[in-house]
Amino acid sequence: MTTVTETSSPILVQQSAGAMPRHHVLIFAGLLALSLAAPFFLYPIFLMKVLCFALFACAFNLLLGFGGLLSFGHAAYFGAASYISAHAAKVWGLSPELAILSGTAAATILGAAIGSLAIRRQGIYFAMVTLAFAQMVYFFSLQAPFTGGEDGIQNVPRGNLFGLFSLRSDFTLYFVVLAISFAGLLVIYRIIHSPFGQVLKAIRENEPRAVSLGYRVNRYKLAVFVLSAALAGLAGATKAIVFQLASLTDVHWSMSGEVVLMTLIGGMGTVFGPIVGAAIIVTMQNYLATFGAWVTVIQGVIFVIAVLLFREGVVGVIGKWIRKPL
Amino acid sequence: MSDGVILAAENLTKEFKGFFAVNGVGLNVREGSIHALIGPNGAGKTTCFNLLTKFLSPTRGTITYKGKDITAMSPADIARLGLVRSFQISAVFPHLTALENVRIALQRRRGDSFDFWRSQKVLAEFDDEARALLADVGLSEFEKVNASELSYGRKRALEIATTLALNPEMLLLDEPMAGMSHEDVDRISALIKRISKNRTILMVEHNLSVVASLSDTITVLARGKVLAEGDYATVSKDERVVEAYIGAGHG
Repeated sequence: MTTVTETSSPILVQQSAGAMPRHHVLIFAGLLALSLAAPFFLYPIFLMKVLCFALFACAFNLLLGFGGLLSFGHAAYFGAASYISAHAAKVWGLSPELAILSGTAAATILGAAIGSLAIRRQGIYFAMVTLAFAQMVYFFSLQAPFTGGEDGIQNVPRGNLFGLFSLRSDFTLYFVVLAISFAGLLVIYRIIHSPFGQVLKAIRENEPRAVSLGYRVNRYKLAVFVLSAALAGLAGATKAIVFQLASLTDVHWSMSGEVVLMTLIGGMGTVFGPIVGAAIIVTMQNYLATFGAWVTVIQGVIFVIAVLLFREGVVGVIGKWIRKPL
Repeated sequence: MSDGVILAAENLTKEFKGFFAVNGVGLNVREGSIHALIGPNGAGKTTCFNLLTKFLSPTRGTITYKGKDITAMSPADIARLGLVRSFQISAVFPHLTALENVRIALQRRRGDSFDFWRSQKVLAEFDDEARALLADVGLSEFEKVNASELSYGRKRALEIATTLALNPEMLLLDEPMAGMSHEDVDRISALIKRISKNRTILMVEHNLSVVASLSDTITVLARGKVLAEGDYATVSKDERVVEAYIGAGHG
């Protein structure tokens, strides 16, 4: 019996160390075409929000879906980068690309500091440690003089890209944000499909076995934690320039929860799931805004339905149908 | 300590809140031998194994591997010395293909794989060797199948192929036959016999006929202590051993 099922179901077969599978190339091309056309039909600010959160969710999914680590404090990196980016653009007068880089660098350093302590614990304890540190970052943001407390940092200038191109127009800025988030997505794709990513998957699948093969797993966990924090920071830093605002919302724990939600609804451990998840959640927040606080309730209901009925998320379920990993 | 001993434990003790799971165990594994660790349930065999590979830290005692004190080393570093263990429940990477499973071990030769910017195409250099190892354990036709879809016996075979990919000097096998069908037991026995050339093997095993046919030396543990040691003929005649196994139908 067993041999029959084994030989007759070569599903989910991955190419061995090959190039990007063809259906992934097609999806990337489709996503790019879609996002190039979108600003002609939809409101660019809304689209930029989707892009920033898609990148944030993909960065989070790198850690959860491929590293097997559930961080409940990713708002810290998103928010800290947002504050530093806004501060750099407004107070230091840096051009937007340098402001975004400063924010990303800050998130990277913060990720290295928090990560090196958090990875010593596993499972729920890991999640709690990351949450505790994120709360510290929140209270720091509330009290520190440069963050503007409850007001946040407002009226952040968008400036001129490379000191040359004005980003005042939403339309121009959209293509810059698209380039950033697409580059971020490609970086994440490469990380997943690198020798490093391969070890990471092994650790996620069976940590003691990876140890017994001689892998010093904590170093890999720290590396993926820092990469994830850096990319979450890139998303937060870009967001600050788009909305010309860095505020407590970005570092609040509910932001950490939102990114978990996006990732789970889209499909944890899939390449494209978090993008879909981010699009769904951001769209809901925008178009259901008239319902006020009810948005949170609706989100909660959708989350419960997702967990109960399709645990693999939207993209995970589709991947199962077409029998190809997405 | 006598010559030819590759792995030695002295006064090895593990205490869990007043309970001594392993209590003053001394063990000398000779280089090139197949050494079996047997004993009734709860005798401390697996704990002993975890201590030797540092998946648990001993409360007291020292462990020496090839004359080097490894008592304070981390498990990953011990694996890097060539002392590689298997696990009681089959230890494969379920959502990786059989080929990828073996490749993870071969990949260790690159040193640390922190190069996240490089394409995994660079790993293709290990593919041929991985295929050869899979062929060695009779898994050639399953190279593209996810490990989770393999039968239990094949998972164990895959695990052995993965372990062999590291070309370890010493193998610690934790109940390699647990839960296996008869044909699988014969296949894996032959495999263990074959790979034991130029290697030292220490194994925990419940299947006494396997132990009898494979091992050069047997150490019997009971209640965390060494009860007897010797070849199968000596050990099986030992009265204390017979007593410890009463009810198990061996004597």
